Amino acid sequence: MMNLGLAMTTGDRLVHLAPVDLVIVVFYFVLVLAIGFYLKGRSNTGEDFFLAGREMTAWIAGLSFLSANLGALELMGWAAASYQYGILAAHWYWIGAIPAMLFLGLVMMPFYYISKTHSVPGYLKLRFGEASRALSAISFAFMTVLMSGINMYAMALVMKVVLGWDINFSIWISSITVAVYVTLGGLRSAIFNEVLQFILIWAGALLIPILGLIEAGGWKALQLKVAQNASVEYTHLWSTLGSFKDNPMGIHWTGIVFGLGFVISFAYWTTDFLVVQRVLAAKDLRAAKMAPIIGAAFKMFVPFIVILPGLLGLAVLPMKLTGEAVAVATGGHSYNEVLPLMLARYCGPGLLGLGITALIAGFMSGMAGNVSAFSTVWTYDIYKALIKKTATDAHYVLMGRWSTILGVLISIGTAYLVMQFLSIMDYVQALFSFFVAPLFGTVILGMLWKRATAAGGFWGLLAGTVSSVGMWAWVKFDPTALRYVALSSNAKDMAENMYRGLWSWIICVVVTVAVSMVTKPKPESELVGLVYGATVIPTEAQVPLYHRPAFWAVIVAIVFIALNIMFW
Amino acid sequence: MRSDGTISIWFFIGISLLVNGVLIFGAGVYQISHPPVVKVVLYDLHASVWWGAILAIIGLLYCIFYNPNRA
Repeated sequence: MMNLGLAMTTGDRLVHLAPVDLVIVVFYFVLVLAIGFYLKGRSNTGEDFFLAGREMTAWIAGLSFLSANLGALELMGWAAASYQYGILAAHWYWIGAIPAMLFLGLVMMPFYYISKTHSVPGYLKLRFGEASRALSAISFAFMTVLMSGINMYAMALVMKVVLGWDINFSIWISSITVAVYVTLGGLRSAIFNEVLQFILIWAGALLIPILGLIEAGGWKALQLKVAQNASVEYTHLWSTLGSFKDNPMGIHWTGIVFGLGFVISFAYWTTDFLVVQRVLAAKDLRAAKMAPIIGAAFKMFVPFIVILPGLLGLAVLPMKLTGEAVAVATGGHSYNEVLPLMLARYCGPGLLGLGITALIAGFMSGMAGNVSAFSTVWTYDIYKALIKKTATDAHYVLMGRWSTILGVLISIGTAYLVMQFLSIMDYVQALFSFFVAPLFGTVILGMLWKRATAAGGFWGLLAGTVSSVGMWAWVKFDPTALRYVALSSNAKDMAENMYRGLWSWIICVVVTVAVSMVTKPKPESELVGLVYGATVIPTEAQVPLYHRPAFWAVIVAIVFIALNIMFW
Repeated sequence: MRSDGTISIWFFIGISLLVNGVLIFGAGVYQISHPPVVKVVLYDLHASVWWGAILAIIGLLYCIFYNPNRA
């Protein structure tokens, strides 16, 4: 039997689509647009357009919460990382997500939900005042559309490599589709499509690990083959993290536990409005608490369709994948192509179309998440707060629709800018990481510490952000500084990000506490619904055990611990 | 149909799975009757046939259960 994985890579593209594949891809575009048009009539008020009427069930909000994060680059990037670094990449799905998602559901959601805020910057306004909101809203809005553009360019590049599609065609078709369905149906349309995209991602990607494990001969045989082709450390999650030198990622367990598991993960999953917005659309507090827990339950199994294909690639692919530069120089394949290569290896006509649809769906769900979050923050936290404070609800909905289109256009502009100046991509990605960790410090102190003041919140956020930029610049201009920032000169980029996040969070917390201690706090009456100790959280004593979010959080936590022990 | 008169998202998902499932199943059956010259790895498992059938059955169940015209 001929190996199609090889046969399909001999031309100018990785795979060739059959007519049935194209029908499946086109049907997907028709369906998402149909959903947008169907929901057009249900997004007439601000509550409808920006918060999906706050009527989503826990399941829909939870799957959408996860789907907004499950972009195509996430799928392909982490499959590539698992080929490059082994099962260590699964940390970003387990300790780098599950504890934070459970914490969001059980501890933070009551304050986000009871305060009736429409956004994370909106919560900062209620808790710390206008200055903190402005700082976080402007940085979030700016970064969100830039990131969206970078993802758009990267996705178009993938479509060119995998399918031979023209980059302009990929950018415009996917962007216009997202713009149409989000502009028409607002957040409800984005959420509905994200749930559809989530199902399609699983339907399209699940066959790869199933067939891969059959070919490899099961998990034990896979471990042996990976040990032969790479190293035995590639299938161990924790046992190699005692030293920076003992694992392919060059990271220490403290970086994973404190940098990733605590700061970076909690910062992203609990304060990045791109994902939190989906949970704010839940129909009641219990649904809002359950949504991240449902998301966590599914998140635990995403490595099955992302990390496992990377490991399988190490075991069964006949060629050795390399970094991008080497691949370009030698005409070989890069790590980033491992998922499409595995797709081409097992999927014939029809299945290939579904797999490609899964990648497109992943990209569009991520982009829709970006532009709907941008639209809300722009309209409520920048336009309404700083430009036009008094206007009708209809005016703000119209602004929301226009800002959706504007967000898409800026994203497209960024994509073309990146095409001309590729190094911009590294700078913007670094820039995005500057704001996330300090924001978590500000929000968590705001929610859990009554004494935190408006001045403390603002200066802590600013100090954390500036220090993050400073550390990044320090290492950029003096690479030897890595041993101070990341505690080791052997640390790789990911390890540096972890430690930079940790330090900037600590600086944010220290400055917030110090400034708060010398400034006047708000009276407790103004903290009702915003802070632990000043807010009455509805009791669940009357709710059956199996309906309580805490019960399901414990179940998820047990499975999470079991998975970490299994793959120790 | 939902209590507020709108079509459930699960119905749209049912349509998607049903249509994709039927197309993939059909492509798989066609491949059995007209085997390709270049075959995918594990071609003999005919993944298109059973995966397409599974998707179509799940999609059909969703379409029936979340049918907008269902009382």
